[in-house]
Amino acid sequence: MPKDGGIGTSPKRREDVRFLSGTGRYTDDINLHGQAYAVFVRSDVAHGRLNGIDTEAAADMPGVIRIFTARDFEGCGGVPCGWQITSRDGNVMQEPKHPILAEGKVRHVGDPIAVVVAETLAQARDAAEAVMPDIEDLPAIVDMKAALADDAPKVHDELSSNLCYDWGFVEENREAVDRAIKEAAHVTTLELVNNRMIANPMEPRVAVGDYAAHSDESTLYTTSQNPHVIRLLMGAFVLNIPEHKLRVVAPDVGGGFGTKIFHYAEEAFCTFAAKQLRRPVKWTSTRSEAFMSDAHGRDHVTKIELALDEDNNFTALRTDTHANMGAYLSTFAPSVPTWLHGTLMAGNYKTPLVYVNVKAVFTNTVPVDAYRGAGRPEATYQLERIVDKAARELGVDPIALRRQNFITEFPYQTPVAVQYDTGDYHATMDKLLDIADHAGFEARAEESRKKGKLRGFGISHYIEACGIAPSNLVGQLGARAGLYESATVRVNATGSISVMTGSHSHGQGHETTFAQVIAEMIGIDADQVDIVHGDTARTPMGMGTYGSRSIAVGGSAMVRAAEKVINKAKKIAAHLMEASEGDIELKDGQFTVAGTDKSVAWGDVTLAAYVPHNYPLEEIEPGLEETAFYDPANFTYPSGGYGCEVEVDSETGLVEVVGFAAADDFGNVINPMIVEGQVHGGLAQGIGQALWENCAYDADGQLLSASYMDYAMPRSTDLPMFKVDHSCVTPCTHNPLGVKGCGEAGAIGSPPAVVNAVLDALNRGGIAVDHIDMPLSPARVWAAMQGAGANLGAAQPAARSEDTAGGRSVGTP
Amino acid sequence: MELSGHRVIDAPREQVWEALLDPAVLKACVPGCTEMSGTPEEGFEATVVQKVGPVKATFKGDVRLEDMKRPDSLTLSGEGKGGAAGFAKGGADCRLSEEANGATRLDYDVEAKVGGKLAQLGSRVIDGFAKKMADQFFENFKTQVEGPSEADGGVAAGSPEPAEGESGASKKGGWFGRKRAD
Repeated sequence: MPKDGGIGTSPKRREDVRFLSGTGRYTDDINLHGQAYAVFVRSDVAHGRLNGIDTEAAADMPGVIRIFTARDFEGCGGVPCGWQITSRDGNVMQEPKHPILAEGKVRHVGDPIAVVVAETLAQARDAAEAVMPDIEDLPAIVDMKAALADDAPKVHDELSSNLCYDWGFVEENREAVDRAIKEAAHVTTLELVNNRMIANPMEPRVAVGDYAAHSDESTLYTTSQNPHVIRLLMGAFVLNIPEHKLRVVAPDVGGGFGTKIFHYAEEAFCTFAAKQLRRPVKWTSTRSEAFMSDAHGRDHVTKIELALDEDNNFTALRTDTHANMGAYLSTFAPSVPTWLHGTLMAGNYKTPLVYVNVKAVFTNTVPVDAYRGAGRPEATYQLERIVDKAARELGVDPIALRRQNFITEFPYQTPVAVQYDTGDYHATMDKLLDIADHAGFEARAEESRKKGKLRGFGISHYIEACGIAPSNLVGQLGARAGLYESATVRVNATGSISVMTGSHSHGQGHETTFAQVIAEMIGIDADQVDIVHGDTARTPMGMGTYGSRSIAVGGSAMVRAAEKVINKAKKIAAHLMEASEGDIELKDGQFTVAGTDKSVAWGDVTLAAYVPHNYPLEEIEPGLEETAFYDPANFTYPSGGYGCEVEVDSETGLVEVVGFAAADDFGNVINPMIVEGQVHGGLAQGIGQALWENCAYDADGQLLSASYMDYAMPRSTDLPMFKVDHSCVTPCTHNPLGVKGCGEAGAIGSPPAVVNAVLDALNRGGIAVDHIDMPLSPARVWAAMQGAGANLGAAQPAARSEDTAGGRSVGTP
Repeated sequence: MELSGHRVIDAPREQVWEALLDPAVLKACVPGCTEMSGTPEEGFEATVVQKVGPVKATFKGDVRLEDMKRPDSLTLSGEGKGGAAGFAKGGADCRLSEEANGATRLDYDVEAKVGGKLAQLGSRVIDGFAKKMADQFFENFKTQVEGPSEADGGVAAGSPEPAEGESGASKKGGWFGRKRAD
C-alpha cells in the first residue's frame, strides 16, 4: 500500500478532531439521570487526632441526601497497595491501612474525612462547610530525616516507626562497592534533591458511580489510565464486588502523567455510595483538591558517590536515598524508588559495581507515586549530575568522560539485574552534538557575553526501561499484578476492524498509531480500523497505560492477535482459491497464491467468515475474531542524548533555555509526528521540574504550592523550539514491532541537562558552583552565584552537603 | 511566622493589665472582631471576619489568656476556624514594664499560623497580613487604654514606636495626649 498510513508515516491524530472541536466525552461530560453530587470534607491540618465529626447541622441543610464518614465503610477494605518491597533485613515493608475516609486520625492536608452527597453541587458544597470535624492537632512530620528519629511522632500509630522499608540493591555487592570506593583513585560525591512534583493533568480527576438494581451491577466512570486495574483493586480489595458485577469505564481522559494510574478513595466512594443511595453519585475534583489529593511525584533526597580509577574509568557507584511515600502507600508507590530506580543506576555506563540503598519514609504529606518517568528520572538525574561533577573535578570533557565509559556491546548484563538488549550510545551522542550544533557553541557563548549573559551547554545521556514488564520477573520483585497486555482484533463481516486493547490512551494517540499498525499488517486503510479502549465491558482484561508500555506491550498483544486473525483468514482464502494455505500471501488487502495470478480481496474473505456458505466448516470455525495476551520477555531500553543550552543573567540569576536538542533511540517508530509530540511534552515537564515546578510544604505540613499562583507550570513561551531526532534506531530485539517506548524519555533525560547547562554557564563565567538544587529559580541561582553555597537559596536544609541522607525535598518555593 | 514589636502606652501598668483582660477592650482591638464574650479565667469566644489574600471568611474560635503573671506578663492565644477557608491561630507573648514617666511599655512576640485554603492560596501574603493584624491590634489597644485625645498634632517625645517595618500609618498624635494635656 502507499506509505501514507502505515508504520513510519505521520497521519494527523484522528482523536484530535473531537478533542479540538469540543466533542470529546470526558468523565465530567457524563451526567446520569437522577445523579447526586458528592463533596469531600478534607483535613486542613497535616496530622491530627479525629475525635469526632459533627454532621448534625450539615445533615439538615437543603438538598442533603446523606453524609458519609468512616463508620459507613466498616466491612470495606482500605485502598490497596499493589507492590510489596522487602527490606534488607528480610522483613516486608510496613503497610498501613489506607481508609476510604479518615479513621481516628488525619494524616495529610487533603485527607478525606467525610463526604456530603446532595441533590446539587452547590448544596453539597454548602453542607460540606457545615460539617465540623473535631481534630486535635498532632505534631506534623514533613522532614524525612526527622521522621526517622527514634522519638519522632508516628504517622501511623500502629507501625513501629515511620520507615516503610530499607531496601538494598544489590545487597551482595555492598561490600565490594564499599571496598572499590575506598580504593578508588578518585571519588566524586554529590548530594542532591529530586524535588516533589504535582502532576497537574489538564483534566482534574472525576468519578461517577452508578448502580443498576435490576442486575446488581455497579458501574464506575473514572479518569483512569487503567480501568481493569481499578476494577480489580476496587472490586476485590475495597468493596467486595465480583468483577462480573462491576464495570469500570475510563472514557476520554485529559492527561494522566502517572497520577491517574492509581486507585483513589473517591472512585471507591462514588461506586459505594451509588449502591447505598440507589442513584448515581458524581464527584468532580476542583483544581485546589487536585493539588492535595492527586498522588505527587519524585521527592527523593540522595547522596551519590562515583568511584573512578586513575584512567577515569568508573569502578563503582553507591547511592543512599530517602524516598518520601507521603502519608499512605499509593498503588505503586513502593516500586518507584526501588525497582524502577535502582535497576537503572548503571545508566549508559560500564560501571561494574553498583549499590543502591533506599529508605522509604512516611510523612504527613500527600502520597507520592509514579509521575512521568517514575524512578528513572531520579536515577538519571543522579547519574548525569555526578558524571558532570566528576568531569569538572578531574578537568576532563564531560562528553569524553561519558563516551569513555559507554556500554558498547549488547546484550549487556548490568550489575543491577537488568539486561539491555540493544543500543548505540555513541550514535545518539554523535547525533545530539550534530543537531545541537555543539561545534558552534563557543561562538554563541561569545555573543551572549557581549550581552552580559552567561551561556552554558549541558548534556545528559539517559537510558530508561519501558514496556513494563515480564510478569514472572515483577512477581519475584514484589508486584501483586501481572504486567502483560491484551488485545482483541474483531474483524467485521465487511472487512472493517475493531481492536479492543487493554492499553489506554489519555493523550498518547493510540487511536491513530494502533490503527496504523493494523493497516500496515493487512494492507487496508487505517480508517477501516477502530481502536476501542477504556471500558472493562468492551476490552479484554488488560493492565493499562504507564511506563511507556502501550506500543511495546499493548501494541505487541495487538500484533499477536492480528497475526492469529491473518493466519485464519489465510485458511479461508486458501479454501476460496482452492490453494494450499502455505502458498497464501497477504499484501495490500489482497490474498494471493504464490506463483499464480489468483487473488481474493480482504473483504471477500471476511464476508466468507461470517456468511460461511462456501467455507471449510469441518476445519475451522466461522467468524474472524482473535484475542492475544502478550507478556514481554524483557523491558525495552530507549536511550538518548539530550543537550540544553541556557543563558543565565549574571545580575539576577534568571535562566533562559535558549536551545534544547534531543536525539533518542526509540527503536522502530510507528508515527514520527506523535513520537515528536511525546518528546516535546516530556521535555516541557522535565525542564519545568528543573527550573520552575516545586511542591512546597511548610514545617507544619501545610501545602503552600496549592494553586497556579504558587506552583509554576512551564508555558510555551518559556521554552525554545526543540530539536528532536529519532533517526538513531536499534530495534528492540524481543517484541514483534521492534519498538521501545517514547512517552517518558523527555521528562527523564532533560532535568540533568538543564542543571548541567546552568552550572556550565556559571563555571565558564568564573563562578565556581558545584550544584544547585531544582528548581533553579532566579533566587537559588543568584544565591549560588553570591557564594552562598549550594543550597542556601533552596530552603532545603536537608540537602546541605554536611547534612544529607534525609530531610525533605520540599521547602518554600 | 513570628514578629516582635512594642508600644509605649501612656497609662499605669495596672490599668494596662486590666485592659488586657477585658473582653470589651479586646473586641474593640481585634481587627474584624464582631463578637467577643467570656471571662479571662474561662477564655473568650470570638467571631472575626477577615479577608486574607483571595480568601474571605468568618472565623469562629476562642481566645485564651495563659501564663498570667500579674502585672508583668501574659500570653494571649487564639484559634479560629473559617470553615472551608481553613484556620488561623496565633499567640502573643506580652510583657509589661514601667517606663520612667509613669507610662507602660508593652513588648510583644507574636506567632501566627494558618492552615487549609488560607495556607494554600494565601501563603504569599500571610506574613504581611499577620504583621498588619498584630500592628492594628496593639495600636487599637493603645488607643483604647489611653482613651480618645482632644489634643491634635504634636508627636511628643516618647512617642510610640511602630512594630518593626511598619510605617506609622497610625501615628495620630491626638490619641495619646489626653493624660499629658490634663
